[in-house]
Amino acid sequence: MASTPPAPAVAPSLVDTLFQRSLNDLVKSLRADPSAAGEAAAVARALSEIHREIRAPDAATKSVALQKLAYLSSLHFAPVGSHPLAFAAIELLASPHLPHKHLAYLAASLSLHPASLSLLPLATHQLHKDLSPSAGAAHQQHVSALAFQLLASPAATAAPDLPVHLAHDLVQHLARGSPRAIAAAARVIAASPSAAVPVLFKPLAACLASPDPRASTAAAAAFCDLSAPPADATPFLPLAPDLYNLLTTSRSNWALIKVLKVFARLAPLEPRLAARIVDPVCQLLTRSSAMSLTFECIRTVLTALPAHDAAVRLAIGKAKEFIAAADDPNLRYLGLLALGMLGPAYASTVNDCRDAIAKSLGDADTNIRQEALHLIMGMVNENNVVDIAGMLISHVAKSDPEFANDILGAVLAACGHNVYEMVVDFDWYVSLLADMARTLHCAQGDEIGRQLVDVGLRVQDARPELVRSARTLLIDPALLGNHFLFPVLSAAAWISGEYVDLTKDPVELVEALLQPRTSLLPISVRAVYIHAVFKVITWCFSVYVGRLGDSGMAMDVMFDRLAPDQTVSLDSNVALGSGEEQDIGASTVRKDPFSHESILYMIDLIQTTVGPLINCNEVEVQERAHNLIGFVHLVREIQELNKRKVADGDEPSRLKELVKTMRTVFCQELGPVSVNAQMKVAPPDGLILNENLVELAGMVSEDDTTPSTSIFFYPCSRHSVDTRDEPAVSIGSSSLSEHRKRHGLFYLQTGKTEDEPNDYPQANDSLPSSSNNSVINDDKSKTAELVFAGKKSTATKSRPKVVKLDTEDFLSSVMPSANVPKEDPLSGALRDVLLGSDAKALSSQRASDINLEGMLNKTSSNESSSHLIENLGSYPASRSSRTTSKQQNDDKEKGTNPRESDGKEPRKHRSSGRSGHRQGKHKHREKSSTQPDTIPQASVIQDFLL
Amino acid sequence: MIQAVMVISTQAKPRLLKFYNFQPPEKHQDLVRSVFQLLSARPDSVSNFVKVDSIFGPGTKLVYKHLATLYFVFVFDSSENELAMLDLIQVFVETLDKCFKNVCELDIVFNFNKLHTILDEMILGGQVIETSSEQIMKSVEEIERLEKQSSTTSFIPKSITERFTR
Repeated sequence: MASTPPAPAVAPSLVDTLFQRSLNDLVKSLRADPSAAGEAAAVARALSEIHREIRAPDAATKSVALQKLAYLSSLHFAPVGSHPLAFAAIELLASPHLPHKHLAYLAASLSLHPASLSLLPLATHQLHKDLSPSAGAAHQQHVSALAFQLLASPAATAAPDLPVHLAHDLVQHLARGSPRAIAAAARVIAASPSAAVPVLFKPLAACLASPDPRASTAAAAAFCDLSAPPADATPFLPLAPDLYNLLTTSRSNWALIKVLKVFARLAPLEPRLAARIVDPVCQLLTRSSAMSLTFECIRTVLTALPAHDAAVRLAIGKAKEFIAAADDPNLRYLGLLALGMLGPAYASTVNDCRDAIAKSLGDADTNIRQEALHLIMGMVNENNVVDIAGMLISHVAKSDPEFANDILGAVLAACGHNVYEMVVDFDWYVSLLADMARTLHCAQGDEIGRQLVDVGLRVQDARPELVRSARTLLIDPALLGNHFLFPVLSAAAWISGEYVDLTKDPVELVEALLQPRTSLLPISVRAVYIHAVFKVITWCFSVYVGRLGDSGMAMDVMFDRLAPDQTVSLDSNVALGSGEEQDIGASTVRKDPFSHESILYMIDLIQTTVGPLINCNEVEVQERAHNLIGFVHLVREIQELNKRKVADGDEPSRLKELVKTMRTVFCQELGPVSVNAQMKVAPPDGLILNENLVELAGMVSEDDTTPSTSIFFYPCSRHSVDTRDEPAVSIGSSSLSEHRKRHGLFYLQTGKTEDEPNDYPQANDSLPSSSNNSVINDDKSKTAELVFAGKKSTATKSRPKVVKLDTEDFLSSVMPSANVPKEDPLSGALRDVLLGSDAKALSSQRASDINLEGMLNKTSSNESSSHLIENLGSYPASRSSRTTSKQQNDDKEKGTNPRESDGKEPRKHRSSGRSGHRQGKHKHREKSSTQPDTIPQASVIQDFLL
Repeated sequence: MIQAVMVISTQAKPRLLKFYNFQPPEKHQDLVRSVFQLLSARPDSVSNFVKVDSIFGPGTKLVYKHLATLYFVFVFDSSENELAMLDLIQVFVETLDKCFKNVCELDIVFNFNKLHTILDEMILGGQVIETSSEQIMKSVEEIERLEKQSSTTSFIPKSITERFTR
């Protein structure tokens, strides 16, 4: 390791090294052939050369080789095995020649790798020597500067024992206030706090008060670095007096910026600090001409001094000046960035410069556009969402594809946030979604499609507009070529099929769903299309057949392709029996889609276009095509009979029955299902989920594989508001409960009564929509605010009901459902009573009794459980007398057969003011108060097992 | 702190790389490539700041200057001021200009060592230690003088080309 004596000329390697290429030669050879292959070859040649040269005994050859190696590894990413480089570098650190030493330090600080750290202890002694003060001032200063360089390099700071050994050497340099030593000390402390802090922290802190501005600036920078976010700033609080002194006296912008940064981190920790620094900061803000310092002051005020109103206003004023800087995009960007730091308390202030921000949306600079978008999305509330979303969508057309999608994504996220809490006018939102899908660069099809379906499921009032929007999307053949829109089209097709009774022109819809360009769609979407056709045609048949029935023996007339007269269209309305009567009535007058020929036309269209698909090799499409064609064949068969006028009175009824059956298949209302529905189901005692269930295999194959055909006999719930609550509700659910009875053991017990998975809220309430206003209680305040919304007529419209599930906003509070005390006392009490046959339930019911006592202001502590339920029932029911009377009727009906109706009982979320909730409680009250205690309990347990 | 200093040519070739946080050497090429892609996609006369959380970790930004055929890039974290970093690039470029008398890309290509010497006079371990280009130039000249002194007394150049060019 000893340095080579300075007489290399006599070395035997002279001949070899005589022709050593210098770094410049190497660079030239690399530039000679700029192609990748040529460069790689040159690098490889140079590396083999270097590997030979670096072993040379003389320092000069070695140093040139080392220099070339450092160059190659740094700028040509040569895969340098760390050891040869590291060892040569450490060897040369000891060279008495300054250039060699310099090279060695450079190579070491550039290329030392944690893998070569084992070699670093070899350098410790040399570093120690180089750091110790000696006579030659300038020379020594340079050498120690090199040593600091290595000490602060990333690899060296990763070496655990280096700081321990060298910390003391740093102290004397710190005492002299050398900026290098201060910077190196900061790195050493950051790398190894436990070893370095006791030694270095005090000298470093002393530098803050140093009269030398370079030392105090470097120290401020060091503390700024050390207090950076992942670290805790608390230990730096004692430095506040020195920092404050620096803040008020320093003339250096660098120092001031760093001091401000440290104060921004300290101020939240010490409330008195903010009051102290606010004046000097404001002075700097008004006085400074340096933009960097001004910006730092703005940032400090907005992030750390939000309570000082005058300072914040001053800072906002400066930030607005930044935004107005027409010629400097940097200032505009930073101005927007600063406004983005403002909390919601100053939202109105941000609103003031909405125009300037909106203008920034069209800026050439992506940063500025992004910041502007971020700011604008921060301003959105339910009063201005229509304006802002409209303005943003108009920007989409002018933007480049990437930013256009950023805008669309932001609007979708904002409007969809917390189950569309900002959206008041869903008709507007639905058409906005459709407009978004049609924008030029739209790649947000997935989210748009999801929201379209979601709105359909949750907001009954939006469905007519949804169906209209879906129609415009489906009939446009141009959209079928855009693969980003497939999810949207899929959603549109599903909506048109699901809510087909709101459609104006089913014939057109069928044409649109079967247009030739649908062959461009992916398989999954095609399957949805075909299924939608199935739903549409089923509905058309049901209306058609309904008319046949109504006109009785006048069926012949129907088949004689008579133009529909007024009575017929009236009939069709009766048959429809659901919303949008006027629209459908109008269209039926114009062109009757349920006439014999329209039906025939549709059937023919289906047979010609879907027919070939039964040979499709994709199962999804093939299966659905088979279903559809099979159904059409069935119907046609009967119709053929009719045509030949062999109608013996039996056929129409067969047709009728068939169509009705099919129709009921699709009538079941679909609602949103909570993602966490499964998680909320608490496993019952004694169930070991990890238990091996192999022995059950026989039972499963025996029973569960028999298909349930009973599903075909669902009643048409959407069409018959009254029948829905009738006792004979559904064979489907009763077969389910039968299954439950048989295999009750394997059903999970509910954590809460509202959590039955098959019991998600019905998307449409059984009440007519006009009663929504009376039902909404929690939303009332919201809707009241919205009346202020201003000019738009839509704003005066009350917000339609949006179905929200329990988990969607009570998620966190409900999750630990194992903890009884954490549960809602109301639902907990309910559950106890409903499940409550054992002593445990009784005891916890007592506890919830007491809770309820305060809540309901009723003395019920020693009343029976049935009374408790009575209280519960009467509490929410007092909200609306109109619905109560209706319920009482329902309740009486239900009381006769509680078990069957339980599974179908709609349940609504509390905060959205649902009648279903109330109904459920009512019913239970009826049960437990009118019947002997034991009987309902036994049956109730059965039903709530799921 | 400053996390990295990069000089990248418009041909995507790195001309100077210095990382102040440890980055595995095998990742260097990817870092240069992703920074270059980021910068080459930006039009002229837009702001000079880019968030690079995806490249250098959370909270990092870079500031760059496009001068002639070179991008000067400083990567930094929340402890640095954006505009101050922009000024620092200016200082660096000014210093290069003074040291090389009208700096061009070739100067930077052929003066690997000197470039590092200049940078090291300005930044140490990610901390700014000097912001005056005159001061930096003076220090660099002093170092050159010292090293020349050292070579004339004891250094016999081994490389033929070096001997001839001197």
